[in-house]
Amino acid sequence: MTRYAMVIDTLLCIGCADCVIACKTENKVPAGLNRDWVVEATQGTYPNLTTEFRSERCNHCSHATCVEQCPTGASHYWNDTNIVLVDPRKCTGCKACIAACPYDARLIMHPDGYIDKCTFCVHRVEKGLDPACVAVCPTRCMHFGLLDDASSKVSELLRTRRYKVLAPETGNHPNVYYLT
Amino acid sequence: MLEEILITARDNPKIDPVMHVWGWEISVYLFLGGLTAGIMFFSALMLLLRKDKEAPFAVNGLALLGPIVLSVGMTTLFLDLEVKWHVHRFYMTFEPTSPMSYGAWILILVYPVAILQILSTLRAGYPLLAAPVARLFPGRLLLDAAERFRRHIAWAAIPLAVGLGIYTGILLSAFSARPFWNTGLLGPLFLISGLSTGAALTALITREHTEKRLFTRVDAGLIVVELALVALLIVNMKTGTRLQLEAVQHVLGGDYTVAFWGAFVALGLLVPLALDYFEVKGASRRLVLVAPVLVLLGGYMLRLIAVDLGQETTWINYDSEFNVQLLDRVRVGGESGGPVLTGKVMQ
Repeated sequence: MTRYAMVIDTLLCIGCADCVIACKTENKVPAGLNRDWVVEATQGTYPNLTTEFRSERCNHCSHATCVEQCPTGASHYWNDTNIVLVDPRKCTGCKACIAACPYDARLIMHPDGYIDKCTFCVHRVEKGLDPACVAVCPTRCMHFGLLDDASSKVSELLRTRRYKVLAPETGNHPNVYYLT
Repeated sequence: MLEEILITARDNPKIDPVMHVWGWEISVYLFLGGLTAGIMFFSALMLLLRKDKEAPFAVNGLALLGPIVLSVGMTTLFLDLEVKWHVHRFYMTFEPTSPMSYGAWILILVYPVAILQILSTLRAGYPLLAAPVARLFPGRLLLDAAERFRRHIAWAAIPLAVGLGIYTGILLSAFSARPFWNTGLLGPLFLISGLSTGAALTALITREHTEKRLFTRVDAGLIVVELALVALLIVNMKTGTRLQLEAVQHVLGGDYTVAFWGAFVALGLLVPLALDYFEVKGASRRLVLVAPVLVLLGGYMLRLIAVDLGQETTWINYDSEFNVQLLDRVRVGGESGGPVLTGKVMQ
């Protein structure tokens, strides 16, 4: 499996939510639905507080429980990568994948009814472009690339910086990394 | 002390603020699937044990209800699908990691065997129905063949009934993302509950006093096993990790406590168990219908609570709206009313 990763520098992120707007525009996500979102996490006791902004989305897990649970093969890995996609032609809308995601990252496309999610902008990745959210980030805190390529920016950042992933205990091997 | 809020509201329907993607359609289906398992199991078992005299309804009449009950359940399952015209997709593949895929194929195997169970007992159980079937070609041949192989059919029905009953629980327990479901006890619990509702239904319908007594005893035994499984489930969760502790808290003082202990454990298990005891002792003829009805309602309560509560339990919870209480928690000592972080932020 070829692994793509998104690496987001929480020290640079200002929580402007441009990534959210870019996603909605690029992927024509209907009003009221979100493929990505920004979390503000505050820690400590006043006056010693630290706040972290995290742009979150599907983690495109290497061990994706949503793909395992799909009864029709609609949820699948794209071209033997970790990019998890839904084939609307096969999706029955049974919602097993939604219940199977420990990050609650999936959504129901209304009014069509099939299950939708972040695609890592696979239509852009195919052309060698970054996902829309990464491309528009005004602080350049988001990076995208091949994890298995040691010379890629994402590999370099994960080699040189401290990082975390969301709830690694899920065992899903999420591939969105947060630099801390 | 980590507090997290969403600064861009994520308000995906049925997912935020708590997940509720599966509604009554799923709990009704899981209940009726379990009931079908009980119906197939006891009609086959009583036939194999040659209980024609002691349990005439179970041997010759009960099987007719199997496909009817299952079809109602399949209908509600179908109603749940968001893209109904893709339903055939379940049968264009087999996904070995998906319990739902196993379930889809188990149902395909269950139907013909359940129908053969009916055919093999139709002339004995429902002569008025058997007459027109026999008149149509090849009805008579089918009835003859099914009757000749009735024991073989019953032997096939037993593992399928167990498979159907236990799959409804395994379906939920295979979700590592939902802590309340993620226990291997759910499969056996749903299976025993399904068999128990099947026994209750038989006791409810039969007119033979001996058969009613027999199934009352059987159901009492199943209820005891079910109570033990419920206790194990609670112990299992209560001695688990943070996720399981948070999940089980919903029934140990949380918002599902009354439903779980009152409607399911007390009314659905303990009261019918007590009534069964008195009935076996020959005490209360008038209450004879109450216990099986309570068992059936309790069986549904178990599915309803499991489906609704299970979805709510999760790994990560965000408040998608501004929450003043979160600010209280980052203040010194958690005291409220301080001048610092309130005021402007609240506007």
